[in-house]
Amino acid sequence: MPVAQMTSAILKTFGKKPSTRRYPFFKRQAFAGARGKIVIDLPACIYCGICMRRCPANAIFTSIKEKVWTMDHFRCVNCKACVELCPKKCLYMETEQALPTRKRTGQGLSPKNT
Amino acid sequence: MGNRTIIPFGPQHPVLPEPIHLDLICEDEKVVDVIPKIGFIHRGLEKLVEKKEFTDFVHIADRVCGICSFIHGMTYCMAIEGVMNIEVPPRAQYLRVIWSEFSRIHSHLLWLGLTADAFGFEALFMNSWKIREHILDIIEDTTGGRVIFGASKIGGVRRDISADKLKDVLNELKDIEVQIHECADVFLKDSSVKSRLVGVGILSKEDAYKLGAVGPMIRASGIPYDVRMNGYAAYKELNFTPVVENTCDSYGRCVVRIKELFESCRLIRDAAAKIPDSPLETKVVGFPKGEYFARAEQPRGEVVYYVKGDGTKFLKRFRVRTPTFANLPPLLKVLGGCQLADVPILVLTIDPCISCAER
Repeated sequence: MPVAQMTSAILKTFGKKPSTRRYPFFKRQAFAGARGKIVIDLPACIYCGICMRRCPANAIFTSIKEKVWTMDHFRCVNCKACVELCPKKCLYMETEQALPTRKRTGQGLSPKNT
Repeated sequence: MGNRTIIPFGPQHPVLPEPIHLDLICEDEKVVDVIPKIGFIHRGLEKLVEKKEFTDFVHIADRVCGICSFIHGMTYCMAIEGVMNIEVPPRAQYLRVIWSEFSRIHSHLLWLGLTADAFGFEALFMNSWKIREHILDIIEDTTGGRVIFGASKIGGVRRDISADKLKDVLNELKDIEVQIHECADVFLKDSSVKSRLVGVGILSKEDAYKLGAVGPMIRASGIPYDVRMNGYAAYKELNFTPVVENTCDSYGRCVVRIKELFESCRLIRDAAAKIPDSPLETKVVGFPKGEYFARAEQPRGEVVYYVKGDGTKFLKRFRVRTPTFANLPPLLKVLGGCQLADVPILVLTIDPCISCAER
């Protein structure tokens, strides 16, 4: 009965490059079409609120009265539903993921704080 | 009769990826009875149908499980399509098969790694997960998400795979299959692996049937029960035959999963060869009225989705029966009479996914 079946698999790895990357010196390129993070072209937004109503994670807040569009990136689940539903096509999905941060801010993108 | 001792196992335990609590009643090293307790991660997802439109709920159904997410989303879509009599275009049906099978490969490789980790074979664990990483790359390249595919949509799919990309994927799959072969040889032939799996956790054919086991658990007990035989999506055109083993033990469940990896690779190749050109989705008009049961085969077994609509944009009722929930009674059966050291392996043998069992 084979005792060390794994040995041949391990020996084969000696001639190969490492399977892992030396992050953060080498970063992986994002795939085209990967769901990274949501960005908005604010001047084009009409604050209709469709993205707010249809967001499965309730991550978006809009107000047509105050002309505010804010998003909590910590709540966002990257489903891309808002991008598909936006009537003005002012929402985009970047392929790179959002960087980690300690501040739990709303990342507000209203005329007041941009 | 020795002294009886109750040993609490979980919800936090090194081998458990998700929380389940078992009170193991032991006589010396032998487990004589087990009292399970679940309910640590109930999220109330079924209640959310009352607040989210039925079309948007796909994104939530996708997140019922973190491993077999695509099949959850797809089964929800199948249920709604059943209520509303929507015919899904053939290309979307084939894409659903391709992504379902990728989901199965990545889930089974994850299970193989976790099992190797449970019996202390770290190199094998790393090797399984290294292969899984290539599958995750393919999934991200074709759907946009690594684990949560987000490709399901009522009436079809959200994304297409171009012919060139499909060719690249198949070439990559060929390399991955060679790697899986090498890894599978260790699982199937190594004496240290066999000593931990062969003859451990016997679930007889009769018990598996009576207790309602599903997935690899029932197929390793000699019953060819696989929902893919019903021919949902495009399975009816792909000559699917279920993988069955008759050993009834943990080794048999491991063999079923390994053989399913190769069967999944074959299904992906066949689906890619036969995929027709057609639109990706049928437009959804109106609201669901009526009720429907949809069933699909997840990596862990059969999942059942029940939906009931009353003609509004919110569903009235939504219910999921996940494979882990169905496999809990067989788990308790195999735990009775086992050795204490075998408990982690036997808990893993059903491939527990507690977060989808509790939703």
